[in-house]
Amino acid sequence: MNTATATKTMTQTWQTLCHRADLVPFSGVAAWVETDEGPAQVALFYLPGKDPELYALDHHDPMAGANVNARGIVGDLKGQPVVASPLYKHHYRLADGQCLENPGLRLRTWAVSFKGAEVWIEA
Amino acid sequence: MNTPKQHLIIIGNGMVGHHLVEQLIERGATARYAITVFGEERHRAYDRVHLSEYFTGRDADDLALSDVDWYAANGIELRLSEAVTAIDRDAGDVVTAQGRTPYDRLVLATGSYPFVPPMPGSDRPGCLVYRTLDDLDAIRAAAERASTGVVVGGGLLGLEAANALRGLNLETAVVEFAPRLMPMQVDGEGGELLREKIEALGVQVHTDRATQRIEDGLDAGHRMVFQDDKVLEADLIVFSAGIRPRDELARDSALEMGERGGVVIDDRCLTSDPAILAIGEVALWNNSIFGLVAPGYQMAKVAADTLLGSEGESFRGADMSTKLKLLGVDVGAIGDAHGDRTPGARVFRYLDQLKQQYRKLVVSGDGRRLVGAMLVGDNSVYDTLLQYYSNGLDLPEDPASLILPSSEGAPTLGPDALPETATLCSCHNVTKGDICASIDGGAGDLAAIKGETKASTGCGGCTALLKSVVEHELERRGVAVDRSICEHFAHTRQELFDIVRVEGIKTFGELMAAHGNPATHRLGCDICKPAVASILASCFNEPITDAAHIPLQDTNDTFMANMQKNGTYSVVPRVPGGEITPDKLVVLGKVAQKYDLYTKVTGGQRIDLFGARLEDLPEIWSELLDAGFETGHAYAKSLRTVKSCVGSTWCRYGVQDSVGMAIRLEHRYKGLRSPHKLKFGVSGCTRECAEAQGKDIGVIATEHGWNLYVCGNGGMRPRHAELFATDLDDERLVQLIDRFLMFYVRTADRLQRTSVWRENLEGGLDYLKEVVIDDRLGIGEALERQMQSVIDTYQCEWANAIDDPEKLKRFRSFVNDSRPDPDIIVTEERGQLRPA
Ligand code: SRM
Ligand SMILES: Cc1cc2nc3c(=O)[nH]c(=O)nc-3n(C[C@H](O)[C@H](O)[C@H](O)COP(=O)(O)OP(=O)(O)OC[C@H]3O[C@@H](n4cnc5c(N)ncnc54)[C@H](O)[C@@H]3O)c2cc1C
Ligand code: SF4
Ligand code: FES
Repeated sequence: MNTATATKTMTQTWQTLCHRADLVPFSGVAAWVETDEGPAQVALFYLPGKDPELYALDHHDPMAGANVNARGIVGDLKGQPVVASPLYKHHYRLADGQCLENPGLRLRTWAVSFKGAEVWIEA
Repeated sequence: MNTPKQHLIIIGNGMVGHHLVEQLIERGATARYAITVFGEERHRAYDRVHLSEYFTGRDADDLALSDVDWYAANGIELRLSEAVTAIDRDAGDVVTAQGRTPYDRLVLATGSYPFVPPMPGSDRPGCLVYRTLDDLDAIRAAAERASTGVVVGGGLLGLEAANALRGLNLETAVVEFAPRLMPMQVDGEGGELLREKIEALGVQVHTDRATQRIEDGLDAGHRMVFQDDKVLEADLIVFSAGIRPRDELARDSALEMGERGGVVIDDRCLTSDPAILAIGEVALWNNSIFGLVAPGYQMAKVAADTLLGSEGESFRGADMSTKLKLLGVDVGAIGDAHGDRTPGARVFRYLDQLKQQYRKLVVSGDGRRLVGAMLVGDNSVYDTLLQYYSNGLDLPEDPASLILPSSEGAPTLGPDALPETATLCSCHNVTKGDICASIDGGAGDLAAIKGETKASTGCGGCTALLKSVVEHELERRGVAVDRSICEHFAHTRQELFDIVRVEGIKTFGELMAAHGNPATHRLGCDICKPAVASILASCFNEPITDAAHIPLQDTNDTFMANMQKNGTYSVVPRVPGGEITPDKLVVLGKVAQKYDLYTKVTGGQRIDLFGARLEDLPEIWSELLDAGFETGHAYAKSLRTVKSCVGSTWCRYGVQDSVGMAIRLEHRYKGLRSPHKLKFGVSGCTRECAEAQGKDIGVIATEHGWNLYVCGNGGMRPRHAELFATDLDDERLVQLIDRFLMFYVRTADRLQRTSVWRENLEGGLDYLKEVVIDDRLGIGEALERQMQSVIDTYQCEWANAIDDPEKLKRFRSFVNDSRPDPDIIVTEERGQLRPA
C-alpha cells in the first residue's frame, strides 16, 4: 500500500465485484464497491442474452430514502430497460439512472462487464 | 398572382397566445401571414393551469405546450425573453428593447399579473407571487431557507399556492380579506366547511383580515400587521389576491379600455382599432374578464377566424363553472351558484356536518331548470349537475334528489342520457356529437379522440366524463375498448388467465413470446410481471421462489416478507383463525427478543414482527418453522386471515363452532393466489364479533348451519358483504366458497378486490348466484376441480425455500461482502425499536 501520497487520486479503476453465479437472471442483486468517495452500494442487474447484459446503478433510492433498488422488478418501458424501486415504484432507467417520474433525478451508474465468470466494475 | 405576406404580430406567448398560433396553423394562415410572436418569459408557452405540478415532478419541458422546434418547423418566429414595450399605432410598429418590428395585424395576448395590494413592505425580499415558472423557482429557493409561509388571498389560486407551500414542508397559513374562503365560489356555510377541512389539514386559516403592512419579524423573517393590530409572522409570503389584466400597452396606445382595466373587444375579438385584436385574460368582453383558460381558447378560435376573414362563430361569453380539488378538498361552483343573479330562483341545500359535505342547488322559479349549484366536500355529482345546467335539461320531479344522499348513491346522468349537443369539454368546446363524429371518422380509442378533438387536454376537469362517453360510444359501435393491462400485452388480466389455462403456458417468457405485444415486447414491467405470476400460481401453484418465477415477483413475494419503509421486512406467521397455543406465543416472543423485532398484534388476529434485516429472514423463519409455524402470506395477493370469534365452544350465545370452521377455511384456501388479497371472517352467532360482513367471504352461524356473505370490504371504501346463501351445511358451504373464489380468480381484474369486482360484474348479485349456486354456466365442477388442485399442491413457501441453498442465496443483502447496510437506523420507543 502506498501511504506516502495521501492525496486522493480521482482515477477510476476496474475492480472485481462478484461472480456470474451471484447474479439473478432478469433481476437484481446488491454489492459493495469501493469508490474514491468511499464505499458505495450498487445494484447489479443481469439481463442474459440482451445487449448489454449487465447494469450497475445506485442501490439507494432517493425517492424512498432506503437502499432497495436491487430488489425492484426489472422491466422495460417504451423499449428502455428500467427497474421499479420496490417501495414506491419509481422507475429508474438502467442505462443512465434517470428517474422517469422525476426528471431532475438521476442515479449514479457504473461501467460493468464480465471477464470470464467474474463481474468487473469501473469505480 | 403572388401578393406579399402581411405581418402578423402576437404579443404574449401564454396559454391563449399559443392556442391562437395552433388555430392559425390549423387553418393554413402561414400562407397569408408572416407571423412573429413576442414572449416576455424565457420559457415557451406552458400549461399554466397545471403550474403547481412543477413542484411535484414536472419540469418546464414537461409543461410546455409544444415541442422545442414546433414554432420554427411551422415557419413562425418565436422571440422569447423579449417584451414589447410600446405599440406605435401611427407607424404600425411594435417596440422592444431590440428595436422596432412592423405589423399589419396585431394580437394582444398578454394575460394578467397577480395583484399585490399596495401596502408598506409588500416589496420586501421573500414577498412573492404565483403565476409563472420563474415565480415558482423563486418560491422554491426562498422555501429552502424558510420554515413558515403565508399566502395572502384565500381564493382558488391562493389555496393552490398554500398547497404548494405545504408541499415544500412549510408550516402554512392563509390570510383572506373576506369573511370566508373562496368568496367568489362558495357561500357562508360552504366557506365554513371549507375552512374546517383545510384547517384539519394543518393549514391555518385567518379570514376577515386586511393586511396593513409588513415589517421585520421577531421569530420569522416577516411580520404581517393586520387592521386590528393582530400580527402573523412568516419567513415567506405569497400574494394571491386576484389578478389584473396586463393592459399597459393598450392603455399607452389609447385603445378603448374598461373602467377597471381590460382591453375592450367585440364579438370578433377586435379592439377599438380594427388592426388590433385582444384575447385571453387581457380582454374585456361585455364588461367581463374571464380568468379561465376555456373562454380564452374560445376567443383564440374566434380571433383566428377574424384574422383570416372567415365567418365562424363569434364569441358569446363563457361559462365560469369550475370543479376543483384544493388541498384534497372538492369544491364545485356552477352558474349562478349564489342564486343572486336569477330573480325568483329557489334554493335547495344539504349539509352533512359529519361527512363534511355541503351541496346547494339553485333552480329557476318554475322548478324546471338548474341555474346554479355549489358543492363543498364532494364533487361526485358535479358532472351530472353541469350537464343539467349547461344543456338546459329538464330537472327531475324532485330536484332535491340530485343532492340528497340515497342508498343507491346519487342518480347520475349516464352517457346515454346526454343529448348530442351536450358540451363535455368546455375548455375546447367539445360536444358529445363531436366525440361521436370523431369515432365515426375512424378514431378508435381515447388517445386518438383526444388528439383529434382536444377534449380533456385543457384543465382536465372533464376526463372522467369523456372516458365514460367514449367507452360507451365505442362499445355501442361494437369496438373493443382498450383495456390492455400494460404496454406489453394487449389483453386484460382475464384474457391472459384464459390464455394461460387453455394453452397450458407455464412461464412468463412463453407467454410473452406467444402473446406479447410485438411492438414493445421484451422484458415486461412491474404491472404485467406480478399479474402473470399470480395467474401462473392460480393455475399451477408452483413455488413462487422457483428460478423462472423470481424475476416476476414484487420484493415482498421474492423474500416472502413485507418490505418496510427503511428497507427491512416484517414477519407474519400464519395463526389460523386467530387461535394460538401458549407455547407458540412463547416462541414468537423469543424470536422477537433474539432479533430485536418490533412486535405488534395485527388487525387480522395475528402477530407481526417488524424490522427484520434481509439476511436474518432465513434464520428467523427456520426457528419459526421448527416451532410449527408456517408462512402467513402477509406479503402475497392471497388469503390473509380468517378472523374468528370464540363461538359455541366458550361463548354463551354461540350456535356453531366458529373457530373450528375458521381454521378449516384458512387451511383450505391458504396460499391461493388471487387478483387481490382475500379476507374471511367467521362468527358464531348473529352478534357478529368477527365482523364477517366486512370481509370478502363472511360466514355467520345459524341454528341450522351457516349463512354465507360475499364481497364485503373494509379499507378505503368499506362495503357491506351481501347475503349469498343461507343455512348451509359444512360441505355445501365449502363447495360454494370454492366456486365463488375460483370464479373471482378467473375473471377479476388485477388488484381488484371482490367488492369492486362485484360492483363491476354485469348482472350483479343475481348473476353471481346463478353461476355459483345454480351453476347456470355448467362450470361449477371445473371451478371446484381447479380449486382442489391448488389445495393439493399447497406448500409452505418458507419451508420450501429454507432447504434450498440456491434459494437462500437470494437473502444476502450484498453478494460480495457481509457488511450490513449501515443506513438502517433505529431508535427506541415505548420499549421497542422503530425506524429512526
Ligand atoms: C399489519 C396490519 C396492520 C396492523 O398492524 O394491524 C396491516 C398492514 C398493512 N396493510 Fe392492511 N393491515 C392489517 C389489517 C388490515 C385490515 C383489518 C382486517 O383485515 O380485518 C384492513 C381492512 C379490511 C379489508 O382489507 O377489507 C386492511 C386494509 C388494507 C388495505 C386497503 C384494502 C382495501 O381494499 O381498501 C391495504 C392496501 C391494499 O391492499 O392495497 C392494506 C395494506 C397493508 C400493507 C400491506 C401496506 C403495505 O403495502 O406495506 C401493510 C403491511 C403490513 C406488513 O408489512 O406486515 N391494508 N388492513 C394488519 C395485518 C393483518 C394481518 O394479520 O394480516
Ligand atoms: C396556478 C394557476 C392555476 C390555474 N388553474 C386554472 C384552472 O384550473 N382552470 C382554468 O381554466 N384556469 C386556471 N388558471 C388560469 C389560466 O392559467 C389562465 O386563464 C390562462 O393562462 C390565460 O391565458 P393567457 O394567454 O391569457 O395569459 P397567460 O397565460 O398569463 O399568458 C400571457 C403571456 O404574455 C406575456 N406578456 C405579457 N405582457 C407582455 C409583453 N408586453 N410582451 C411580451 N409578452 C408579454 C406574459 O409574460 C405571459 O407569458 C390558473 C392560473 C394559475 C396561475
Ligand atoms: S359472534 Fe356470537 S358467538 Fe361469537 S363471540 Fe360474538 S356473541 Fe359469541
Ligand atoms: S373541460 Fe377543461 S379539459 Fe375539458
